[in-house]
Amino acid sequence: KSSVQTVGEEQIRNPYTELLVLKGHQDIVRFLVQIDDCRFASAGDDGIVCLWNAQTGEKLFEFHGHTHKITAIAPFSSSDAFEEKNHLIITASADRTVIVWDCTRGRLVQKVSCFHSTVKCLTVLQRLDVWLSGGSDLCVWNQKLDLLCKTSHLTDAGISALVELPKNCVAAAVGKELIIFRLSDSNNESEGWNVFEVKRLVDHQDNILSLVGVNDLTFVTGSHIGELIVWDALDWTKQASECNFWDSVHPDVQKEIKLSQSPNETSVQHLTSDEECVFAAVGKGIYVYNLQMKRVIACQRTAHDSSVLHIKKLPNRQLISCSEDGSVRIWELREKQQLPAEPVPTGFFNMWGFGRANKQANQAAKKMQENTPMYFLELVGDLIGHSSAVQMFLYFGELGLATCSADHLIILWKDGERESSLRSLTLFQKLAQNGDLQLKL
Amino acid sequence: MISAPDVVAFGGGEELEDDLYREPPLPEEYSVPLFPFAGHGANPWAKVAGSKFTRDFILISEFSEQVGPQPLLTIPDDAKVSGTFDLNYFSLRIMSVDYQASFVGHPPGSAYPKLNFVEDSKVVLGDSKEGAFAYVHHLTLYDLEARGFVRPFCMAYISADEHKIMQQFQELSAEFSKASECLKTGNRKAFAHELEKKLKDLDYTRTVLHNETEAQKKANDKGYYTTQAIEKANELASVEKSIIEHQDLLRQIRSYPYRKLKESEFHPYEPECVLERADTGCDQDSAPSDPAEPGETHLYTHIPSYTPKLIKAKSAKCFDKKLKTLEELCDVYFFTQTLDQLHHIERTFRGDVCYLLTEQISRALLKQQSVTNFLFEDVSFLEEKPPEKQYRGCQGLGQDAMDGKCLEESLTPKVIVSLGSYKSSVECVPIKMEQEMEDSEEPKMSESVMSEPQENLDYLDADIKGSISSGESIEVLGTEKSGLTKSESQASLPVMPSPQAGRSKVGSRRTVSEDSIEVLSTCPSESLIPEDFKASYPSAINEEPYVDNDDERGLRFAPRLSPGIADGRDDVSKQQSLVQVDAACCIGKESPNFLEPVPELGQKPCEEDGVVRIPPQPYRAAEQGLRGGFPAHDGVPGGLRGGELDSRYLSGSREVSKSSLDECSDSTSYISSAASTCSDRTPSPAHPACQAGERHRKRAGQNALRFIRQYPFAHPAIYSLLGGGTLVVLGEDEAMVKKLVTALSIFVPNCGVYAKPVKHWVTSPLHLVDFQKWKLIGLQRTMSPTGVNVLHALSRYSRYLSILDADSKTLRCPLYKGTVVARLADHRTQIKRGSTYYMHVQSILTQLCSKAFLFTFCHHLHLPISEREPEESVVSRRMNFLKLQLGLANEDVKIVQYLAELLKLHYIQEPGQGGNPLLRFDYVPSFLYKI
Repeated sequence: KSSVQTVGEEQIRNPYTELLVLKGHQDIVRFLVQIDDCRFASAGDDGIVCLWNAQTGEKLFEFHGHTHKITAIAPFSSSDAFEEKNHLIITASADRTVIVWDCTRGRLVQKVSCFHSTVKCLTVLQRLDVWLSGGSDLCVWNQKLDLLCKTSHLTDAGISALVELPKNCVAAAVGKELIIFRLSDSNNESEGWNVFEVKRLVDHQDNILSLVGVNDLTFVTGSHIGELIVWDALDWTKQASECNFWDSVHPDVQKEIKLSQSPNETSVQHLTSDEECVFAAVGKGIYVYNLQMKRVIACQRTAHDSSVLHIKKLPNRQLISCSEDGSVRIWELREKQQLPAEPVPTGFFNMWGFGRANKQANQAAKKMQENTPMYFLELVGDLIGHSSAVQMFLYFGELGLATCSADHLIILWKDGERESSLRSLTLFQKLAQNGDLQLKL
Repeated sequence: MISAPDVVAFGGGEELEDDLYREPPLPEEYSVPLFPFAGHGANPWAKVAGSKFTRDFILISEFSEQVGPQPLLTIPDDAKVSGTFDLNYFSLRIMSVDYQASFVGHPPGSAYPKLNFVEDSKVVLGDSKEGAFAYVHHLTLYDLEARGFVRPFCMAYISADEHKIMQQFQELSAEFSKASECLKTGNRKAFAHELEKKLKDLDYTRTVLHNETEAQKKANDKGYYTTQAIEKANELASVEKSIIEHQDLLRQIRSYPYRKLKESEFHPYEPECVLERADTGCDQDSAPSDPAEPGETHLYTHIPSYTPKLIKAKSAKCFDKKLKTLEELCDVYFFTQTLDQLHHIERTFRGDVCYLLTEQISRALLKQQSVTNFLFEDVSFLEEKPPEKQYRGCQGLGQDAMDGKCLEESLTPKVIVSLGSYKSSVECVPIKMEQEMEDSEEPKMSESVMSEPQENLDYLDADIKGSISSGESIEVLGTEKSGLTKSESQASLPVMPSPQAGRSKVGSRRTVSEDSIEVLSTCPSESLIPEDFKASYPSAINEEPYVDNDDERGLRFAPRLSPGIADGRDDVSKQQSLVQVDAACCIGKESPNFLEPVPELGQKPCEEDGVVRIPPQPYRAAEQGLRGGFPAHDGVPGGLRGGELDSRYLSGSREVSKSSLDECSDSTSYISSAASTCSDRTPSPAHPACQAGERHRKRAGQNALRFIRQYPFAHPAIYSLLGGGTLVVLGEDEAMVKKLVTALSIFVPNCGVYAKPVKHWVTSPLHLVDFQKWKLIGLQRTMSPTGVNVLHALSRYSRYLSILDADSKTLRCPLYKGTVVARLADHRTQIKRGSTYYMHVQSILTQLCSKAFLFTFCHHLHLPISEREPEESVVSRRMNFLKLQLGLANEDVKIVQYLAELLKLHYIQEPGQGGNPLLRFDYVPSFLYKI
């Protein structure tokens, strides 16, 4: 049954040969957030926030303050003129509170509990020195946790995702709709801040699950039934030339999809991007969409045994994905050497693309592909450690990779070679320090 | 005395040697020393056949003022042990060599009796008639009713093996000192208590007498004193004098310097308490309650106040009263403590001396490897201090200074200094003359060259306690003591032969004297201090001024030694200076140990016929941890010239260890087990505290042997453990799985100082966390749903695991193509006994550890030599080192790398901080092995 690619036991290009299990949570760990170069925080359904050293795996602090599960977490560095950078984290919980924690001193800074509903997302607008909380309404706060302004009640479902856009705008995903809000501050000094709705985009047919900003000009949304829309960040239109391959396919096939595949199989769980491409975790698969070419350049339809929950592009053309099946996989985006006789499937949408229009589109696409390089995702390695769904991971570059899972654990995966030489270094430092290196005469 | 057969018992007669020489020479690889007497059907271990007892035992005797020397008890308390051995006779023997000059009574010029806190004397004597050799430890206990307040006792360790006594002298001395200290502490307490009672009696008597006198005075108004009255007055006066005397005694006994106890690290109990007690007792002299009546087990229970008795003017003397038993003399608590200690000694020194020494040597060696020993050894076992160390601690000499000295001395001719520091007490002058030296002449100065650095250091360790300075002891031996000594054993203790004479005499046999007792050595005690010197102490308590003595010693020897050091390069002068120092020590010229100079003279400790005549010497060389000096590290400057380093020690000895070691150790163990006349057939636990560990090792070794023979895929299984993998033993039968786990556990490296990462039996599905904790897991296979989960987990985490299926006899694990494990676990091995195999494993693992140590601590293998050096060249240097210099093949590299990683982790880990356990793994394919 399993058509999942396996990598085998020999994984030469998998650098992670050492692991540390970090225990601290009593329930599903859902969030990992990087604080600075070597620290990260974890949070989950037990309402505990833990602060870890990514190098040593040492638990620095454990924050207890929430009584329910944590629904959102965001790092926030306040920059007082006097003090050095003070690292804070903001956590929102199902107990309808938001707490700001001080990561340096390891204590609670302030707690806000005036929410009518659970805050589901948090975004920090570093540029404006404010942060937003999204629940059934959108609130704007300043650093001192004064409520600057808020919108009216939007929906009961609430805002599921927020992304910062240029010109003091934010895009909020509310159900199927994408609402653009604009913040204004300097109109009226006494009033201070105001937030108002600018535009409502209703192009998605289903709930928007993921929302990611690519660059200052573009952002991307993905929905439960597998729609991916690339938006212009300035005028909030579907990008000019994009015309969306998806859109054209979409109306015809929607019904077929529902017949043939469960929506979960095609839901866009997570999106990530670099300057060129958008990487989408769709169902069990991973798709690479090139923004310039405006098409899927590589895909792995069944990258995992179960839904992919989080993906991340690494600088070295590698891609990491984690999934409900408890595994983490490392992929490499590679160019195909020779022109393939049969073009790479143009995306998961081909799976159900039998409509004529679609075919024609495909034809066109094929023609286009012939003079463009082909790519494929090669499985480089997999990390097996968690016994349950891997919710999220955090890539620390050289320091390694932190993964969190429903099995209550966080695992720190490390490059064994590097760690070994680091230990040698420490060893000789300690030797020198103890004066053991001197030749005893 | 020791007659000629005693002397050569181990070495054998000449004609036998000749027999051996006639045999065709054996090829090199079979150069295992064959037993020279084999042709005669003799048992090599039968040297003690003459002894009348079956195994070593401890005898406590007393020189009773009523009946003379008498044995009190033996340990073990079993008539079978002493057999037909005449305890009474032997008691007489051992009690007749007491050199404690314990003077108690009225010293001239002193008004009151003085208690003298004498040090114990330690003597080794042999009695060939009885076939017994003994370490004899004399001590005096105080008894108010005894003559001169003292009761001389002695404890003797009696063995049929002279070597054992000689080799283990230090250890025996240390252990018996503990026992003696315990006994004496109890005795002081009991004595003080007794004094208090006596004082109360006297006080009461005085009151009664006083009243009577008063009454008489009143009744008598004639104006003159009746004889009766005068008598009464005299009586009163004598009682008062007696009170003063007793008070003085009490003060003396209470002011016993407990400092000594504190220094010695051995506290039978908290001395402070007693001090306190004593103090309060002093303050309120008439305190009614007193601790611990004899027979009272609890230390400080307050007993009902003592009712004083009237003391008759003429109290019954000696013979018509029963003397106190030893138990009464020293408080039941301390008595039982002492017995425990003696039982401990008995257990510790049980068994053949070779075994004891081997054990001591390996312990000492392992202990030295302070950086690596945690990997395969039970560190708690090593951390237990051997006796000599404790006593070193109390010598007033800083441990560090001592260590430093030792290290130096083992390297340079300064060894002499250590001889210099060897003080008067010739604790173990082997009385045995080496016949062979006659033949071998000068170049073959001594056959025990191998042992000599250690030996020298032995003397460093020598109990300073009983020794003041060599000069003094010479004099003393010449005076009152030597009268006794000389008369009894003139030949064995020549007082002052010239060095030359000493050497030329080497070949001559000792003359046989009539008396069968021979004092082999004596440890002079403090009592040798001249009396007037003692009297100058205001408290009249003579305790040794340790520090002063040390200083004195230093001063004394400095000028004498300097010439020797100056031209230390020159062998001759070196020897001369050695001898010079010897002369200073007056005895012991005959000891080959003293003539063995420095390692440079190095000679094989073996005779030509290959028979090892010297039993292994106790290895007590510089206990310097590697941490301090990193000798190994220093030894490989640049590390790249390690070819030589490698050749012999690291990999070259492979064949030897394979063939000869196996056979040798096997045959030895086999013979020793079969030997019926061996002095001790009882298994000899080296360290009683670890008897369980010992047993475990034996069993593990046995199981491992069986595993190796039974499973052809033992090598990859062992490799996966050594290389840091986790091995799961899967099976339905718990006993079988546990047995396999026990067998394999000896190959599991420790990750820290905690217990071995071995889990014998698990029934629930495994989790990643388990692999961090445990490296060897016994897992239950069941058919139940949980069983399915268990198997599922196994397949999920298969990359971290090697799986040994005990039921279907399969192994799934990475490929192994190295050579180390083949040596470690040769299924054709001739080793038959578990403990032997364990030792074999231990030696190879230690080799691995030393490689790992080298690898870990070679700076340039891990860090670039220059700033610009690319990482790749460091990596290639590293691999070169592992492969070429350490001679590691294929997967062996990974073993050493893993061990090195553990070493690093262990070293950089901050103490007290647990540190997160790491799980390291490789992405390597596994293979399935079947039988």
